Amino acid sequence: MALKTEPFVVNIGPQHPSTHGVFRVQLTVDGETIVDLKPVMGYLHRGTEKLAEEKTYTQCIPYTDRMDYLAAMSNELGYVMAVEKLAGIEPPPRAKWLRMIFAELQRISSHLFAAATFFQDLGGWGTAIMYMLGRDREQILDIFEMTCGQRLTTNYMRIGGVAQDVPPEFFPAVRRFLDDMPSRIDEYFDFLADSDLLLTRTKGVGILPKELAISCGCSGPMLRGSGVPWDLRKTNPYLYYDEVDFDVIVGQNGDCYDRFMVRFWEVGQSLRIIEQCLERLPDGDVRHPFSPDFVSGTFRPPKGEVYQAIEGPKGELGYYLVSDGTTAPYRFHVRAPSLINLTPFREMCIGWKVADMIVILGSVDIVVGEVDR
Amino acid sequence: MTVRLDPADAAALIRARFPEAVEAVDGFAVRLATSALVEVCQYLRDEPSLAFDYLVMETAVDYIEDDYLELVYVVRSLQHNREVVLKVRTDGRDDPVVPSLVDIWQTAEFQEREIYDLFGVRFAGHPDLRRLFLWDEFRGYPLRKDFLPLAQ
Repeated sequence: MALKTEPFVVNIGPQHPSTHGVFRVQLTVDGETIVDLKPVMGYLHRGTEKLAEEKTYTQCIPYTDRMDYLAAMSNELGYVMAVEKLAGIEPPPRAKWLRMIFAELQRISSHLFAAATFFQDLGGWGTAIMYMLGRDREQILDIFEMTCGQRLTTNYMRIGGVAQDVPPEFFPAVRRFLDDMPSRIDEYFDFLADSDLLLTRTKGVGILPKELAISCGCSGPMLRGSGVPWDLRKTNPYLYYDEVDFDVIVGQNGDCYDRFMVRFWEVGQSLRIIEQCLERLPDGDVRHPFSPDFVSGTFRPPKGEVYQAIEGPKGELGYYLVSDGTTAPYRFHVRAPSLINLTPFREMCIGWKVADMIVILGSVDIVVGEVDR
Repeated sequence: MTVRLDPADAAALIRARFPEAVEAVDGFAVRLATSALVEVCQYLRDEPSLAFDYLVMETAVDYIEDDYLELVYVVRSLQHNREVVLKVRTDGRDDPVVPSLVDIWQTAEFQEREIYDLFGVRFAGHPDLRRLFLWDEFRGYPLRKDFLPLAQ
């Protein structure tokens, strides 16, 4: 005898270990199957854009740290590049190479963290993998700490350069990291490749077709996982990305597995980039002579507007700034990849079970600080 | 390398098809008539030689002194690696309405909800226009220039 079922609304979050912060999902389920889904956000909305419009241009930098708090360096980089474009300031070469090193270290740390929490979401060997990937990420945070005194909210980039040059112990630390990582990636791949847990729960789950990914404005590993070879470092190179060799990792099926693997292999590409940056790092200044001081009230970019985007770990991180010629931006808007990557979340989840929703959300890799801003 | 289409060229392209659509051009963007926004965007997306299939970003700016809000759209063609910035102006700041682009680029869904939430612009044709971040009972639109957080 078939049991009669009827749709039922379930709330997951905002306080839930699998929603990666304070993010709420309102599910309509028929039995265990999802028939409708509404993401509810705003629990971490701090009004960053409003706050930034009342600060000087340099005072905005720490606010950007607190959006995607797992990738502060990338957030700062996008912002200072937007201001530099607005003001027509070109940072010295050493600063630009250093920025690339830090942006790639940050990408590795963000991807490792995404992988670790993803395994947590799979319900697998959470603790073990967290420790293993945490060990690598810890090395990166140590490098940040020795450079700027902070591990997460780094506040290191400046308009026209970086805050200060790297200390002497920076180079051996990065060297050791670059030497350690390849064998660790092999080790991770060994147990990933034939892990039933990973394969059965992610292969073919939460498929995001290419056309939908493009229409939904997805970017970063979300877009590349669906087979679109789009990476701003290649398609619209900034800093010196056109002078270094690296490959764009692309998936085929657009399922959770592909998104995970895109991140996984991108770690290796970032290591390649850092290696080349270290070889080519020139001597010289790290600040432009007109680079404003931290609390400078005299820096006034000319009137105008600018949209500047970089390839952040989560996707296209863009800043739209409007200057009215005063010390504060008239409009400060962030194109947040975490928010926009959630657009197809509903379509990806419908028809799957509640437990799959957790995996699909993990594969999108959001940071709620950036979703809500 | 992404080519940012010169707004003057983009305006000429649009004018060739829609003579009335373009209101103004500056060094950054093409400003369209609000009534022409949807058909121009549809054309930009569907015409194969243009193929602007990707809406990068949509946001608003409050120009309170001139009494209008301006919507900004950064549109990109992944196929041709080209970008263009479009704008429309609202008619005043009192309950402005702009056509929604959700049917053309689905990514507009959350971004238009965000603009509705923080600027109070309504989007005609949006399937689910609710506040995105703030709660429904919240009064005022925080990113407008006359909303002063410390004075509340």
